[in-house]
Amino acid sequence: MLLEIKNLHVEVEDKKILNGLNLTIEKGQVAAIMGPNGSGKSTLSYVLAGKDAYNITEGDILLDGESILELAPDERAAKGIFLAFQYPVEVPGVATMTFLRTALNAQRKLRGEGEYSTPDFIKLVRETSAKLGVSQEHLRRAVNVGFSGGEKKRNEILQMAILQPRLAILDETDSGLDIDALKTVSEGVNRLRSSERSMIVITHYQRLLNYIVPDVVHVMSKGRVVKSGGKELALELEAKGYAQYTDEAA
Amino acid sequence: MPAVQETVDRVRQIDVDQYKYGFVTDVESEKAPIGLSEDTVRYISAKKNEPAWMLEWRLEAFKRWLTMREPTWARVDYPKIDYQNAYYYSAPKKKPELSSLDEVDPQILETYKKLGIPLREQEMLAGVVRKDADGNVMPERRVAVDAVFDSVSVATTFKEELKRAGVIFMPMSEAIQEHPELVRKYLGSVVPTTDNFFATLNSAVFSDGSFVYVPPGVRCPMELSTYFRINEANTGQFERTLIIADKGAYVSYLEGCTAPMRDENQLHAAVVELVTHDDAEIKYSTVQNWYPGDADGKGGIFNFVTKRGDCRGKNSKISWTQVETGSAITWKYPSCILRGDGSRGEFYSIAISNGMQQVDSGTKMIHLGKNTTSRIISKGISAGKSNNTYRGLVTAHRKATNARNFTNCDSLLIGDQCGAHTVPYIEAKNSSAVFEHEASTSKISEDMLFYCRQRGMSAEEATALVVNGFVKDVLQQLPMEFAVEAQKLISISLEGSVG
Repeated sequence: MLLEIKNLHVEVEDKKILNGLNLTIEKGQVAAIMGPNGSGKSTLSYVLAGKDAYNITEGDILLDGESILELAPDERAAKGIFLAFQYPVEVPGVATMTFLRTALNAQRKLRGEGEYSTPDFIKLVRETSAKLGVSQEHLRRAVNVGFSGGEKKRNEILQMAILQPRLAILDETDSGLDIDALKTVSEGVNRLRSSERSMIVITHYQRLLNYIVPDVVHVMSKGRVVKSGGKELALELEAKGYAQYTDEAA
Repeated sequence: MPAVQETVDRVRQIDVDQYKYGFVTDVESEKAPIGLSEDTVRYISAKKNEPAWMLEWRLEAFKRWLTMREPTWARVDYPKIDYQNAYYYSAPKKKPELSSLDEVDPQILETYKKLGIPLREQEMLAGVVRKDADGNVMPERRVAVDAVFDSVSVATTFKEELKRAGVIFMPMSEAIQEHPELVRKYLGSVVPTTDNFFATLNSAVFSDGSFVYVPPGVRCPMELSTYFRINEANTGQFERTLIIADKGAYVSYLEGCTAPMRDENQLHAAVVELVTHDDAEIKYSTVQNWYPGDADGKGGIFNFVTKRGDCRGKNSKISWTQVETGSAITWKYPSCILRGDGSRGEFYSIAISNGMQQVDSGTKMIHLGKNTTSRIISKGISAGKSNNTYRGLVTAHRKATNARNFTNCDSLLIGDQCGAHTVPYIEAKNSSAVFEHEASTSKISEDMLFYCRQRGMSAEEATALVVNGFVKDVLQQLPMEFAVEAQKLISISLEGSVG
C-alpha cells in the first residue's frame, strides 16, 4: 500500500469539504476518482499536496505508512507526490527549462541526492520532451505564459515525466482539452505508467478514462468515497449519472 | 549550479541583517577638518594640487550651493542632514608617489580582495576558468578597474593597455592634471554646477571619480569599471565621473558600490556625466549595494545621485542599466538628453527595497532632436516595510518630430506592509510624438508560490525564482558577470521577506 487516507475531515473557512474520506492506493495502481462538481475532488488533491488554507480537523494521510500531515509542500514533493494542476499557474520570465531544473535539483537536494550536471540535465530534458512531442522552443518559453490549454496540460505531464513521482495526482487533466490534445496528453500519461508509480486520476467525465484506463474507480460525493469498483463503474456512471450517489450520501 | 540555488545557499549562510560587505578596514586616514566652508573647498582643491580654474569652478559652485535649498518633492522621509557635522574629504595616508600597486596599503588591497574586486592585473590574467549559470565555460573577459576608497582613487588597472588603444581611463584628479583641456571642455556640460542642491554640493567638494575618454572610431577593448567604497565613519563620498565617447566610439562601463555597516547615516552625493558624439554609444551599468541600514531603519547610506547623459551627436546612444538594492534612501534619476537627431536613450532598472528602505528612482528622457527614441523598463520590488517609487519624465520638445518613447513600469509587492508608487510625467509639445506607457502592480501570489513548492522548491527558492523571472528583461541588459552577481544580490536583498 502506498497511500492510505483515513477518516479525513477538512474545512475551508469553516465550511466542511471533506467529511470522513477513506481511500487507499496500492503501489502501481491507477485509480480514477469521479464525482459531481463540489464533491471535494479538487480539495482532496490540494490537501494531498499540502496547500495552505485547508484545515484538517480529523483523520490522517499516510504515505508508506507514515503521516505526511506535518510536511511542507516541497517535502511532500521530494517524497514523490506530484500534482498535475487543473489550472497550471503562469510564472512570467522563468523559462520552462530553468523551472524544471530548479525543481528537479531542489527535490534531489531534499532527498540528499546529488544535483544533475548541466549536460546530463539537458540530455534528460531533450529525450523526455521529444517523447512527449514538446518542442525545444516550448522549453525556452516562460512557464505556462501564453500557452494554450493543451500546451499547459502537456507541460504538466512533461514536469511529471522529469520529476518521476511515485504518486501522481491528475486533477481534471481533461478539462479544456479538445479530442486531439486529450489523446496526446493521455499518451504521455500512459507512457509513465509503471509498477513503481501510482496515479490518482480525478475527472468529472468518463471520456478521459477511455484513454487512461484505470485499475479502480472511486466515486466521491459530499466529501467522501461512496462507491468503489472496477473500470466498468465509470461506464455505469456515464449512463446513469451521479444522482443516485448524491441521494445516497444525503 | 543554477544561480537561483547558489543564491539561496548564500542567503542561508548569512543571518538576517548581515550585510555582507559591512566590515570596516582599519587604515590610517587623512581628513579635512569637520564641516563645510569655503576653507573646506580650498583644502580639497589644494590636496589635489588643482589648477586655479578648477578651484574657481568649485568656489562658484559652493557660493551657489549656499543659496539653495534641499529638495523635498521625493517620496522619502529622513532626518535633517547636518552638513556641518560631516567630513568632506578622507584619504588613506600613503607615500606621496605611487609607482606600483605594491605601494598601496596592503589593508586596502585586502579590502578589495574581500569584495571580490581584483586589482592586480596578473591575478585577473591568471586565468581562473569562469563558468556561467549553465556551467558553460565563458570566454575570458577582462575588466579594467578604478578603485575609489573614500575620497580618492587608490588604483586603476590596465591603464597602459588602454592607452595603446587611445582610451583614457584614469582618476578624475589625475585627468585634471593631465588632460585639463578635455576636463574643462566637458565637466559640468551635462550637469551644470547650478543643476540641483546635491549636484551643486558635489561640484564644490567632489574629490575623485573616474574619467574616460574614448577617441573617434575606437571601440574600447575591455569593460571599464569603477568600484566605490566608503570606509571612513561620518564621511560623505562625493565622486564625479565623466565619460566621453567621441564620434563612432563605444564603451561599456560598470559601477559598483559598498560601505561598512554603521549606525549613523552617511551621505553619498555623486554626479555622473556622459557625452556621446555622432554615432557613439555608452552603456553604463550600476550595481548599487550601499549599506541599507538595519531592520529598524538605523544607519545606512543616503544616496542622492545625479546621473545624466547627453546624446550630443547624431545617431548616438546612451543606455543606463541599474540594479539598486542598497542604501537607506535612494534618490536617483539617470537621464538622457536626446539632442542629436536620431539619438536613442535607454533606461533599464531594477530597484529592490526591503526592511525600512526608501527608494525614489526613475529617469528623464528629454527628446530635443528629430527622430529620437527612448525606452524605459523599470521593475520595482518592494518587501518588508519599504517604499518604492518610480518617478519618470518623458518630454518632447516642439522641434522633436517623430519622437518615440516606450515605458514599462512594473511593481512587485512581497508581503502586505510595503508600498509601490508610480509617478510618470509625460509632456509632448510636438503632435508627431508617440509615447506609450504601460504599468502594472502585482503581488507574488500564493498560487504561484504553491505551484513552485509543489514541484519541490522551498519558499525562498520559489520567491527567488519568481523575482528573477520578474526582473529578467532588465538582467539581460547587464554584462554577463554582472548579471550573475546581480541575480545573487537580488535574492540576498530579499532575505527575510518570505513570511
